[in-house]
Amino acid sequence: MNEFYEILTGPGLWIAFIIFIGGLVLRLTYLFALSREKDRVFYNHVSLSWGLRSIGHWLLPLGSASLRKQPVFGLVFYVFHVCLLGVPIFLCAHNVLWDEAFGISLWSMPDKWADVLTVVFMGTVIFLFIRRLARPEVRILTSFWDYILLVLTLLPFLTGFLAYHQWGPYEIVLILHIFSAEILLIIIPFSKLGHVILFFFTRAFIGFEMGGRRKARAW
Amino acid sequence: MPENSNHMTDQPVNVEKIKQILDANNGARIRTWLNICARCGLCAESCFFYLAKDKDPKLSPAYKFKTTLGEMYKKKGNVDREFLEKCYEIVWGECTTCKRCSMYCPFGIDIATMISTARTVCWSQGIFPEGLARTLTNYRKTGNQMGTSEEDFVETCEWMAEEFEDEVKGITIPIDKPGVKYMYTVNPREPVYYPQDLGMAAQIFTVAGEDWTMPSSGWDCTNLPMFAGDRALAGKVVNNMYKKALELGVEKILITECGHAYRSAAFEGPYLAGYADGKPPVEIVHSVQLLYEYLRDGRISIDPDKRIEEPVTYQDPCNVSRNGGLWEEGRKIVEYLAKDFRDMSPNREHNHCCGGGGGFIPMGSEFKSRRMVSGKVKAEQIKATGAKIVITPCHNCFDQITDLNEEYELGVKVASLKELICEEMIIPDHLKPE
Ligand code: HEM
Ligand code: SF4
Ligand code: SF4
Repeated sequence: MNEFYEILTGPGLWIAFIIFIGGLVLRLTYLFALSREKDRVFYNHVSLSWGLRSIGHWLLPLGSASLRKQPVFGLVFYVFHVCLLGVPIFLCAHNVLWDEAFGISLWSMPDKWADVLTVVFMGTVIFLFIRRLARPEVRILTSFWDYILLVLTLLPFLTGFLAYHQWGPYEIVLILHIFSAEILLIIIPFSKLGHVILFFFTRAFIGFEMGGRRKARAW
Repeated sequence: MPENSNHMTDQPVNVEKIKQILDANNGARIRTWLNICARCGLCAESCFFYLAKDKDPKLSPAYKFKTTLGEMYKKKGNVDREFLEKCYEIVWGECTTCKRCSMYCPFGIDIATMISTARTVCWSQGIFPEGLARTLTNYRKTGNQMGTSEEDFVETCEWMAEEFEDEVKGITIPIDKPGVKYMYTVNPREPVYYPQDLGMAAQIFTVAGEDWTMPSSGWDCTNLPMFAGDRALAGKVVNNMYKKALELGVEKILITECGHAYRSAAFEGPYLAGYADGKPPVEIVHSVQLLYEYLRDGRISIDPDKRIEEPVTYQDPCNVSRNGGLWEEGRKIVEYLAKDFRDMSPNREHNHCCGGGGGFIPMGSEFKSRRMVSGKVKAEQIKATGAKIVITPCHNCFDQITDLNEEYELGVKVASLKELICEEMIIPDHLKPE
């Protein structure tokens, strides 16, 4: 058990982060090179202000007409993303690890908050999952893999929650926690979750295209 | 499946050709779009096809690109005719490439561009609407979609100038006059079916004291090959117009009250015609812009007694408003013309397509019943305003709303801006016929 733990928190963590960051960098580099050749339209109409506004409105809660039409989803989706990013980064226990592994540590949130936010997050995942099943226009698009991805997103939080409360076999839960988080990191660059970075480019593009060229707000 | 007489159903699919087209388009944007779609379904409610047909999930934009272009890439071009026939139904019958959905997608995925690419693939295998096919032959032969000869066109212009002499003194339609400010280009429907449209434009330009000309060739600003998926021909068609303008040394090209012509000339045309920087070689101005400037600057004045009393509404053509940026100008013109303006909801760049765009009107009777189904959203929007007159600066909107008027018993009159301006403008004394 301990060996697993050592591997996962030692080289495992490094590998996961290297693949995560390296994968995103590679993907971006590849797309950049390709775009120089095939997507001149991206560069021809660059407009910083339209690009930034197009991105910004989608980073604000209910900042777009689209999300305002589905406010419940809009808010759940927002909370989902905030927790997804916020909890792992600012968790006290993680900060200790960041410090050990990379020699950096950030502000830590009180454990109580993290606990509540984790529960909230799990709630949002369940909501998104049910929404996928319940709404015909979402269900028809969703493949098996999309459900798996949502479950994979849930796993690190669920296991982290169980480990924190020491429910279940602690060691196994902890190993599952680290393992599922690493898997998720590794998958991000190579799946639709690549949107973590590509969102900024595709949203900027539609900002250039609709706003920069036509003064139409694309949000 | 409707009869598609154009489809060479017995011919095998040329997979090599499809692969070529897919490769040529396989840039960073399409790759990214196809990959990061979160399958969130937010785009569904932005599409009027989906809304009009009881939220049929198969009409959501994401489903449409996923099952057409997405599938083509997934299968690396190894598709059969049956599959392409299914795509045909979707890419022409269920999308007008109005671009509304991109604004509603968290990632701004440009679904219309992907549907257009899928159209190109289908077109390459001879699978495209018969109504569009006919026009392509005409464009190839004569440079315009209706096969009008240069003589007929010039004669129509002369005839119209004569016809309107008793409205405005000294009215002319100059042909091929070099070095002028505006080269006016039109939709062939005008010389062929509504020649008075040319006469009305000439009246307005004469009253405004405009320095303009009609070209004897390159006067058709429409671009149906763009909607048929024939990008090479689309490039040629728009280039005819650019070249004529350069040859005449005019300052700007003026586009008639037609939506897709503006999209072609100003936005997509440069790419289709091979201008890598995406800029047209001559500045493109849409009629809505110029007519607004005339009214704003007092070059045209409206007779206050003739302003319309009845409630009016304004149909934002997708390619003039959302895809052309001219929604405010259009509204301001309407406010000059009418006293009781009632906007539709949603409006401006968020307006719904009328259902006649993307080539739908020229696609002909085979598609009419679908146009009437998808047009429900527009019909309800119009009804809700209580307007008696629908003003729209686009030929396709004009035709679609005329059909919807009948289908949904809206009891409205459809009007173009030119028509109303001609009815209401003050003819200055020196231009009044004796
Ligand atoms: C920057 C960090 C981000 C991370 C780590 C992230 C991660 C994730 C994850 C793990 C999912 C769940 C996957 C699934 O539904 O199967 C997801 C879903 C989603 N994300 Fe993000 N995301 C990020 C940013 C964004 C941004 C900026 C947007 C756009 C505004 C966005 C839009 C979406 C959408 C629309 C979904 C689908 C929700 C659903 O219906 O299930 N994400 N994201
Ligand atoms: S481009 Fe317009 S018609 Fe086509 S899917 Fe999007 S909203 Fe619907
Ligand atoms: S809104 Fe965008 S990301 Fe969501 S399903 Fe539609 S195309 Fe995909």
